[in-house]
Amino acid sequence: MDSIKIRKTFQQARWNEPIIYELSKPNVRGIIPPAADDEIIESVGNVAKTLPKSILRKELPNLPELSQKQVLSHYLRLSQETMGSNIGNDISEGTCTMKYNPRINEDLASDPRFAELHPEQSEDTVQGILEMFYKFENVAKEVSGLDKFTLQPGGGSHAVYTAASIVRAYWEERGQLDQRNEIITTIFSHPCDAATPNTAGFKVVTIYPDENGVPDIEALKSVVSEKTAAIFMTNPEDIGIFNPRVDEFVKIVHDAGGLCFYDQANANAFLGVARAKEAGFDMCHFNIHKTFGTPHGCSGPASGALGVKKELAKYLPVPLVEYDGEKYYLDYDIEKSIGKVRDFIGVAGVVLKAYAWSAMMGPDGLRECADVSVINNNYMEKKMLQIRGITSAFQGNGITRQEQIRYSFEVLKKETGIGSDEFNQRIVDYGIPCFWQSHHPWVIPEPMTLEPCETYSKDDIDEYVAVVQKISDEAYTNPEIIKTAPHNSSSFQRNDVESLDDPEKWATTWKAYLRKHR
Amino acid sequence: MKKLGLIINPVAGMGGSVGLKGSDGLEIQKKARELGAKPQAQNRTIKALEQISYLRDQIEIITYPGEMGENAAVACGFKPKVIGIIDKNNTTADDTEKAAKDMKKHGVDLILFAGGDGTARNIYDSINLSIPALGIPAGVKIHSAVYGQNPKKTGELLELFLQDKITEFTEAEVMDIDEDAFRDERVVAKLYGYLKVPFEKKYVQNRKSGGVAGEEASLDRLANYIVDSMTDDYIYIIGPGTTTRTVMNKLGLDNTLLGVDVVYKKRLIAKDATEKELLGLIENKKTKIILTIIGGQGHILGRGNQQLSPVVLKWVQKDNIIIIASRDKLNTIFGSPMLIDTGDDDVNKMFEGYYKVVIGYEEFIAYKAMS
Repeated sequence: MDSIKIRKTFQQARWNEPIIYELSKPNVRGIIPPAADDEIIESVGNVAKTLPKSILRKELPNLPELSQKQVLSHYLRLSQETMGSNIGNDISEGTCTMKYNPRINEDLASDPRFAELHPEQSEDTVQGILEMFYKFENVAKEVSGLDKFTLQPGGGSHAVYTAASIVRAYWEERGQLDQRNEIITTIFSHPCDAATPNTAGFKVVTIYPDENGVPDIEALKSVVSEKTAAIFMTNPEDIGIFNPRVDEFVKIVHDAGGLCFYDQANANAFLGVARAKEAGFDMCHFNIHKTFGTPHGCSGPASGALGVKKELAKYLPVPLVEYDGEKYYLDYDIEKSIGKVRDFIGVAGVVLKAYAWSAMMGPDGLRECADVSVINNNYMEKKMLQIRGITSAFQGNGITRQEQIRYSFEVLKKETGIGSDEFNQRIVDYGIPCFWQSHHPWVIPEPMTLEPCETYSKDDIDEYVAVVQKISDEAYTNPEIIKTAPHNSSSFQRNDVESLDDPEKWATTWKAYLRKHR
Repeated sequence: MKKLGLIINPVAGMGGSVGLKGSDGLEIQKKARELGAKPQAQNRTIKALEQISYLRDQIEIITYPGEMGENAAVACGFKPKVIGIIDKNNTTADDTEKAAKDMKKHGVDLILFAGGDGTARNIYDSINLSIPALGIPAGVKIHSAVYGQNPKKTGELLELFLQDKITEFTEAEVMDIDEDAFRDERVVAKLYGYLKVPFEKKYVQNRKSGGVAGEEASLDRLANYIVDSMTDDYIYIIGPGTTTRTVMNKLGLDNTLLGVDVVYKKRLIAKDATEKELLGLIENKKTKIILTIIGGQGHILGRGNQQLSPVVLKWVQKDNIIIIASRDKLNTIFGSPMLIDTGDDDVNKMFEGYYKVVIGYEEFIAYKAMS
């Protein structure tokens, strides 16, 4: 451990940058657009007058007034105060699968031959990107074993919502939607497996774990009934434990007539090892920005690939990308389609990068990705659990962890007063991004969830562990330095955390801030 | 400057160490002393106060003389303002009640008290929900939810309150069991009332993933769900507690916080009903019972709701029990089952198993109950 260099002298930019409205000065302009030519004014007339009164503003918008230089400085400074996967050792973001996003794929996506395409172009002129959609779908089909995919959803939760909509269409067609109105999920599945079915109009029943941290199969048996529309479950769950009885779960739900959806947002642990099809699932999804090496982002630079068995393909959103042996085309003729869930066919840039990543990895590479991420995680676990004050959720249950682990600072908190929040405000002083603690609710006390994906080296893992070791030592010898952290990062301690729960205090716009606090 | 009231029940916990299952009453205390019992409350209070001793210049402690608070405060370096008069070594429940009332008059921000269920009852009798309170567990019987997990944790919670890091409160149950019955190996627990205690959202995650609905919003949603799903062909027995009270509030009906009410066709047909009244009302009628978790250990039956006797329960049956709780409240017992203790082993067994606990609008958690 001594040979590992940790960034003891790390120092991030701290600009104490004001909010852009505070930099505003009346009448300063960044750009003054030239007046239109007389000829244009003459032929177009007063455009504003053609608009209905109801949509016209009564007063000018309150926009900040700055020069171009000020705008540039402001946002450059803010950008220097960020921390993330491309700037630090982001093993921190467990459950998020923050693997390295190859730069070459960014170059491909910014190539004008792709970047200047428009989604309204005719099919004949966009055969290349349609081919990539089609071929990436084939990759997803092979990895999952399922029969048909849509790449339309703009993110993971969106794909899960689409799955819930398909469940609804399935039962509606059978005239049983009133009766089949419950969807079952588990507490360590991603929260969208509860939230999106609820949004889609289903009741949601959550299963808690048994004493080993595996979803309690007896609880499942107790709630499965003729009301069960489906189960939505993640596996391995977000604490890194693979449910060894997953096929029994599927059988129990199928025996009661329900559908089974497999949340595979993060498939890093089992690419080429286990498939949704063999476990019996009817549907699954991948977060392309997790498993398939593209950058993260919500509903824009993200993409959720939703796959179904052929019996459910008739409900998929339109259009689907098809190939007739000669050319690629968009198929809108889907018998019972739930309709569109997003504009056009999906986030093309992400699909392009994911296709490039998959092609680069090849089948053996995908399998190696799973092997290395599981080995990385288990190596890291051995080291982490040697650190004083740190345990893991359901430690010692005899189940080997998969690609991530939920650790706990419960012992450290008890012995030193330093828990998950305090640890997090110190770790940034060593150039490491704040770690992901846990999804809600925090049933594992003082949590920390780490995920050393396949792109992290042994040195990266050793550095991370050395930082955790260092802060644990500080907790026992000099807790004040942690309680007063961060010292070297851009961020500050929050001064009034509770107010973030108070609608009378939070402000997400300048206008709201002025109204509530000035 | 925050004012902290401090009350120690000096004899709390004495009965326990010599197997007397409680310390209520002078006779028992005398017996405990004869058996060599040592008071527990002083040391436990000091352990809690040590957590905040560094704040000694920033807060004022108002307390009663000697063993009722002064000694412990001084031992932790405070210079407390001492009020009241006591008969040294012979304090009683009356002193606790008087002290609480005096401190309220002195405008304290919170009363910190050390004791057991009996002490909590005394505090409740004096201040009800008017000002916040928090208990240091020092008694033999701790069924009330107004106590910290242990003295140190109590001190930590207090520290957060004194630093304004906790601004939310919860109404926590004051429970007690009949000590005479308990000595005969019978548990007869009663819900006495509620105290307003600081609420540390330790299971609520850091806000980086966005807002999490507060306790109030969560209760509102589950109450809406219960009211929307009530049907006119069932009688609804509403159990005690603040969670079930939200359902009654939603219905616009009077509620017995510490007792059992009966609702039919969304109208109140019996208030604070006894077992006998319940049996009369539900005879040959389809009935559902709406319950919540009572007390820190997670009891759903047998604590504070003895009106729901084995006979009543046998008529209603397990499938007609509806349990409601906010997700945060349910998670306070994560890893342990909900508990049933009706006093009848056969009935206990009948009601064991999984319940779909209602935690929001159309949101449930499958949770196990055991006896």
